[in-house]
Amino acid sequence: MTAEYAADDAAQDIDAAERTGPPDELAAQFAQWREYVRSRRELQPADVDELEDHLRGSVDELVAVGLTADEAFLVAVKRMGSLDELSREFAREHSERLWKQLVLAGGAGDPVADAGPRRDLWVMVGCAAGAAVSVKVPALFGLTFDDDAEFYGRNLALFALPWLAGFLGWRRGLRRPLIAVIVALFALGAVGANIYPLDEESQSIVVSSLHLPIALWLVVGLAYVADEWRSSRRRMDFIRFTGEWFVYYVLIALGGGVLTAFTAGTFNAIGNDPEDFITQWLLPCGASATVVVAGWLVEVKQGVVENIAPVLTRLFTPLFTAVLLAFLLATGRAGGGINVEREALILFDLLLVVVLGLLLYSLSARDPLAPPGLFDKLQLALVLSALAIDVLVLLEITGRITEFGTTPNKAAALGENVILLANLAWSAWLLVRFLRRQSPFAALERWQTAYLPVYAAWAWIVVFVFPPLFNFD
Amino acid sequence: MRVAKDLVAASATPMVLGILADGESYGYAILRRINELSGGELDWTEGLLYPLLHRLERLGYVESSWRSVTGERRRKYYRITGTGLTELAEQRRQWDTVVDALKEIWRDRRPLTAVPLGCRA
Repeated sequence: MTAEYAADDAAQDIDAAERTGPPDELAAQFAQWREYVRSRRELQPADVDELEDHLRGSVDELVAVGLTADEAFLVAVKRMGSLDELSREFAREHSERLWKQLVLAGGAGDPVADAGPRRDLWVMVGCAAGAAVSVKVPALFGLTFDDDAEFYGRNLALFALPWLAGFLGWRRGLRRPLIAVIVALFALGAVGANIYPLDEESQSIVVSSLHLPIALWLVVGLAYVADEWRSSRRRMDFIRFTGEWFVYYVLIALGGGVLTAFTAGTFNAIGNDPEDFITQWLLPCGASATVVVAGWLVEVKQGVVENIAPVLTRLFTPLFTAVLLAFLLATGRAGGGINVEREALILFDLLLVVVLGLLLYSLSARDPLAPPGLFDKLQLALVLSALAIDVLVLLEITGRITEFGTTPNKAAALGENVILLANLAWSAWLLVRFLRRQSPFAALERWQTAYLPVYAAWAWIVVFVFPPLFNFD
Repeated sequence: MRVAKDLVAASATPMVLGILADGESYGYAILRRINELSGGELDWTEGLLYPLLHRLERLGYVESSWRSVTGERRRKYYRITGTGLTELAEQRRQWDTVVDALKEIWRDRRPLTAVPLGCRA
């Protein structure tokens, strides 16, 4: 590879016939070579320096025996052998480098290259601090977690997500019109959360609090994809980001749980009750700041380690398929319909979400050009069994709604169900076509990314239209 | 003649330590020296030398320092340590044993006449 690269390069400057001294082209060639070699994570900047010195030694010697600088460079690079092999040898000695990728803001490397990540780190710390402080701001106005739980519930997404969007927007260098749109959408979210006189006990408030985060998460998505919001690839990146973000959030939350347990345990041991500190400060501020930290982690380690969400998908797709098929068999044998209580309805909605997630994250990790395989068939089985179950549930729920009338809960659950059903049905169709090699895999990906605005639209509708529609019940 | 890979790998450490025992040096010079000493028969790759130097450094047999040579060019020099010298002595003892034994076995024997194809030894 190295030799090919050098050959290309040398071909550009055939007339560089100077025999002595390092000409400018040579410097440019070395600069290009450095950049090329630095793309290998097995090779650290210091190693590249060392190898460059070696290469220069080799070039000097070849020039001394009469080669032109260009020829000497070409021969020297060729002698060094393939970069793959070189990196492999380095990796054997420095296997830790393949693991410890997430170095917080560099270390021994040169300062110029590290300025970017370090600035990122500071901006992230600022945004995380902002998110943590935001949670406590309402307390200045006398709103407490205990007495005004419904206020916090409604506004949950508004504390941290704007900061995450801000961080992503900063990284992307958003242009002003887009910033204005994002700010306007967050403002709209704040209005939607607080405009209606909803009773603490009403269903609408619960439904609205559940849907606003979805709507605002997609606004974060807008900050993520930035100017390329039409691009299917970028949207898919955001889907990947979402999955990884979720994994990181859960991991950090687990760590936070350990921290909390130790805080409680140790302070209790000296007769100091930290409960107030934990519930009023540690948990809410930590949860809020983690939103930004998790987002930053995904951004920083992107492409460094294999993403974990697709791995989980591979693991659980066969298991979920087995469970769903078993469930279908059991329902068929029992003969009766499904008893759709409120909880059950939400459960089936969640099931569809999980199936959709499994589908999405195997899509996100799949090579679009690979031919259909066993796993794709498995996926089709998963989607089809989920669809079959869902049709049963839908029949049941429409029956109940026509019989007893509807509530915000039922209407929202029904709406979600229809949206997910439509998505999965078309996905199943595309999967079948793909398995029969009638359409490319990319069609499936495009379908999923094109569907994202539908979720956003529905979430906004629930937030804004549902409360008046159901008389703020 | 090509020296078998295993033999190259086994002899690499004492060679590098031995060269550094004569005085500090850097990667390219070490490679040149080995090439010279073996009359061009031992052709080490960079992929062998540099990871080896890094391993010796990790084990504490050598220490390194960056120094600037002409212009902005920086060069990493390696120097053998006390532990390195001890290790070299130990390796040398082992090699002497092996070499002596081989010499003993091959003494008084005519060189093998059946030369394998493609090998000009």
